[in-house]
Amino acid sequence: MEHRLLDELYQDAILEHRRSPRNRRELARPDLVGCAVNPFCGDEVAVQIVLERGRIAEIGVQAEGCSINQATASMASEAVLGLTLAQADTLRALFAGMMGGADLSGEERGRMGELNTLAGVREYPVRIKCALLIWGAIEDTISSYGEPGV
Amino acid sequence: MLDVERIRNDFPILSRTVHGKPLAYLDNAATSHKPRAVIQALSEYYETYNSNVHRGVHSLSMEATDRYEEAREKVARFINAGAPESIIWTRNATESINLVARSWGESNISEGDEIVLTRLEHHSNLVPWQRVAAKKGAVLKFLDLTEDGRLDLDGADSVINTKTKLLAVTHVSNALGTVVPVKELAGMARSVGAAVLVDGAQSVPHQPVDVEELDCDFLAISGHKMMGPTGIGALYARRDVLEQMEPFLYGGEMVLEVSYEGASWNDLPMRFEAGTPNIAGAIGLGAAVDYLAGLGMENVREHEKQLTAYALDGLRGLEEIDLFGPWDVDSRGGILSFYSSDVHPHDLGTFLDQEGVAIRTGHHCAMPLMGALGVPATARASLYVYNTEQEVDTLVDALKRALRYFGDGASAAR
Repeated sequence: MEHRLLDELYQDAILEHRRSPRNRRELARPDLVGCAVNPFCGDEVAVQIVLERGRIAEIGVQAEGCSINQATASMASEAVLGLTLAQADTLRALFAGMMGGADLSGEERGRMGELNTLAGVREYPVRIKCALLIWGAIEDTISSYGEPGV
Repeated sequence: MLDVERIRNDFPILSRTVHGKPLAYLDNAATSHKPRAVIQALSEYYETYNSNVHRGVHSLSMEATDRYEEAREKVARFINAGAPESIIWTRNATESINLVARSWGESNISEGDEIVLTRLEHHSNLVPWQRVAAKKGAVLKFLDLTEDGRLDLDGADSVINTKTKLLAVTHVSNALGTVVPVKELAGMARSVGAAVLVDGAQSVPHQPVDVEELDCDFLAISGHKMMGPTGIGALYARRDVLEQMEPFLYGGEMVLEVSYEGASWNDLPMRFEAGTPNIAGAIGLGAAVDYLAGLGMENVREHEKQLTAYALDGLRGLEEIDLFGPWDVDSRGGILSFYSSDVHPHDLGTFLDQEGVAIRTGHHCAMPLMGALGVPATARASLYVYNTEQEVDTLVDALKRALRYFGDGASAAR
């Protein structure tokens, strides 16, 4: 109760993901790789993806940074598993929209799943970048599709 | 001893609250607050004698010119610069260093020459020299640090050698608080005929700085970190060195005579001040210098030393954090940079903000140094003459709670 405002930001799910990040490993033979850096704080996220029949079958994430960055990376890595690259990109746009203050429909919120717990970040504008870093890395990864050598 | 409560009353902003808590402003290395005298100097200029300088024959312009040049004299006296023409107004310390790099550096540094920096440098005293080195084929050399963030002087006399053309060093590290023994290093540079630039952004606001004693050719000064307005800074340069330097910017004010074919340069210091300057800013900085001189820079340093020792004691009790930089307050300015592997600095920053405590988190424009320390970023509390032991207590107490909040098993403790 002591830190009610902060608890809105640092939901239990966020702190839990930060302590036990999912898919935190580097894939040895990825089909796609990408990364993103936040020059403001120096935080970095790297992503590798293995595709099977056009869907994301495996994802490896190395997120260095604050709890918002790490928790979003962990949740996002779970959320995109099984999606096509186009679906993953739609989810990215949906999340970015939520950070930008867009009202999501019930169906959209459903697709976001646990990522909805990050809505509190909107109240801390300087931290929005932290939540978007993984999505920048995912976007970078998706954009490497079809590049020579990948 | 300074009467800190009385000093605090001179700073209107210090009475505000943040998230319902009294503001504990510990981000002075980023920018300092302004005493009423500075704020009034700005509004007085705009309300009563706003006018351009060195141009008109009308009364307002002459008043503005007088006050603007008085401010230059104040800054010159403040750092014992002798002639006021040795003070060039700039936007900030970064511009001061760029001026030297572009004007002096590009004409005096040649292929194979060495530029010596420390591992502590702020990007503003690193990137300009990287550019000069790349353009001229010169080489950057670095003075290394000891484990506790001091300068390792053992190898310094081999790093500074006959190839050294310039020694460019920070006086006090913005990232670690280390006080660099500039005088000793300048002596080594002199003995090999090298020029000396000192980045005074974190020293001039906090301690007596005397350019004669330091024996430097250049000193970069930031106005807003020493209670002045933003957008005003200064470069001190030795007069005989300035005389030989090519202008940095070209245009009005810096010229003597102009034809369609060419131009000749104005006298110092105007030669380096093209265009309408930040008149209000310079006058405001003059008021800040008056305020600081009134407190006495020895007293300011003494207060900050005591407060730094108090803060070091408080932080020493927190096992979860690593504190960087020297433990001895004679070798440290009022800057306390720390890191906890349990909590990322940004999370700490957000937590402390909820408690009204303002600190800086990030790489402090010293990315290579963060890499050398093996951390992505640090949290940094930085003190000034208006800070109190009570504010340090608030910081330490809030840190304890933040470490509990984010630490393992924290959910149960909430």
